[in-house]
Amino acid sequence: MAEITFSKAELERYSRHLIIPEFNIEGQRKLKAAKVLVVGTGGLGAPLIQYLSAAGVGTIGIVDFDVVDDSNLQRQVLFATADVGRPKVEVAKERIEAQNPFIQIKTYNTQLTSENALEIIKDYDVVADGTDNFPTRYLVNDACVLLDKVNVYASIFRFDGQVSVFNHLHEDGSRGPNYRDLFPSPPPPGLVPSCAEGGVIGVLPGIIGSLQANEVLKVITGIGEPLSGRMFIFDALSFETRTLNLRKDDNNPLNGKNPSQTKLIDYEMFCGIGQESEEEKKVKEITVKELKAWQTENRDFQLVDVREGYEYDIANLGGELIPLAKVAEEVNKISSDKEVVIHCRSGKRSADAIHLLEEKYGFKNLYNLKGGILAYADEIDHSLAKY
Amino acid sequence: MELQVIMFGIARDIVGDSKLKLELDEGASVGALKKHLIDGYPEMGRLKSISFAVNTEYVDDNYQLSDKEEIIIIPPVSGG
Repeated sequence: MAEITFSKAELERYSRHLIIPEFNIEGQRKLKAAKVLVVGTGGLGAPLIQYLSAAGVGTIGIVDFDVVDDSNLQRQVLFATADVGRPKVEVAKERIEAQNPFIQIKTYNTQLTSENALEIIKDYDVVADGTDNFPTRYLVNDACVLLDKVNVYASIFRFDGQVSVFNHLHEDGSRGPNYRDLFPSPPPPGLVPSCAEGGVIGVLPGIIGSLQANEVLKVITGIGEPLSGRMFIFDALSFETRTLNLRKDDNNPLNGKNPSQTKLIDYEMFCGIGQESEEEKKVKEITVKELKAWQTENRDFQLVDVREGYEYDIANLGGELIPLAKVAEEVNKISSDKEVVIHCRSGKRSADAIHLLEEKYGFKNLYNLKGGILAYADEIDHSLAKY
Repeated sequence: MELQVIMFGIARDIVGDSKLKLELDEGASVGALKKHLIDGYPEMGRLKSISFAVNTEYVDDNYQLSDKEEIIIIPPVSGG
């Protein structure tokens, strides 16, 4: 580490680290020499990048294929209103370079996939996973285990957060538990909502992403006890916190007793994505343009909205509100003697409602609004708020 | 014996509460608790990977429960 040196400006900038006895200039040298890859520049990625760069991590890679969206601004305080529509990695790089000119930022304006993950991750020492979907969670985990990288993990949902350090290198050369020891199989698509589907309280990614950044700094510098073999869980609503002890699963396909997986796989397929869309296709559909035509010609049909009341208050098409969970109970409100168009936000819940109504109650007059109210806002009525 | 199970994440949505009280035979295993929950809440079964922790230790299906212990359900969470 002796070859890592600092300018006067750097010494002054990092002085609050340098005067912590167990951190000191040795810790700062390790940070400057370190390469950290942050996957995802969302709720968790934004605070991660901000704190890691301010702390002086020498090289930070950031991977994201998305652009800044209005709905990001409630929690991703790295971005400003004027950034909406710009690539996230580009904006992040700009902000970080303005905050700390002494570090290197490398951007990957792409989606992390089974094809590029090993190539991108191999050059880094530590990976921080702030992605927002199960296929990428398993992809990041598996790539880190295959490449012997530490994966500092966090995830959030509504008021709940989880943090752990996976695949940490122990002194005896063994590795700590990883994501697959904890969750061997992914849940089916749609059952566990993402932040986009289920919502998240704005300050939560700030709390959890900061804890994640702190674990990254500990892994790099070797100070303290990283959250390896443990998982921290936080419920912001009740302020319940737990730190649970994990253990390795002998059946882990990557590094259990009989490893069966030696390379990356198709994670979309592993998570069942695309396999249920056939079922969705089985219901009759109409497009938002067709719906608009029906409305314009005053056709006699019923429009049913199976979202929740609080979603209806954000934007609605004037349909009759029957939340999905109440459809069976209020089945008598749904006409059987004329055409009925059922819609939700994106078309998923309304397809579920139609399946239920067709299979259990024998309806034959139901049409799913393709793309839901989101498609209607995009193609027909731009004044509707998208959420 | 009466057990209290603390829910996190989507488990809370499925059950509709952050805590659930239920009655199981003395010495019942985590596997039996899991079955009981899935019978009452079929969506729980669809989760596939539900982890249980007892007194902060992750436990497997064979673990024998007692009513003095804190049982926590941790479902997978993907948001970021």
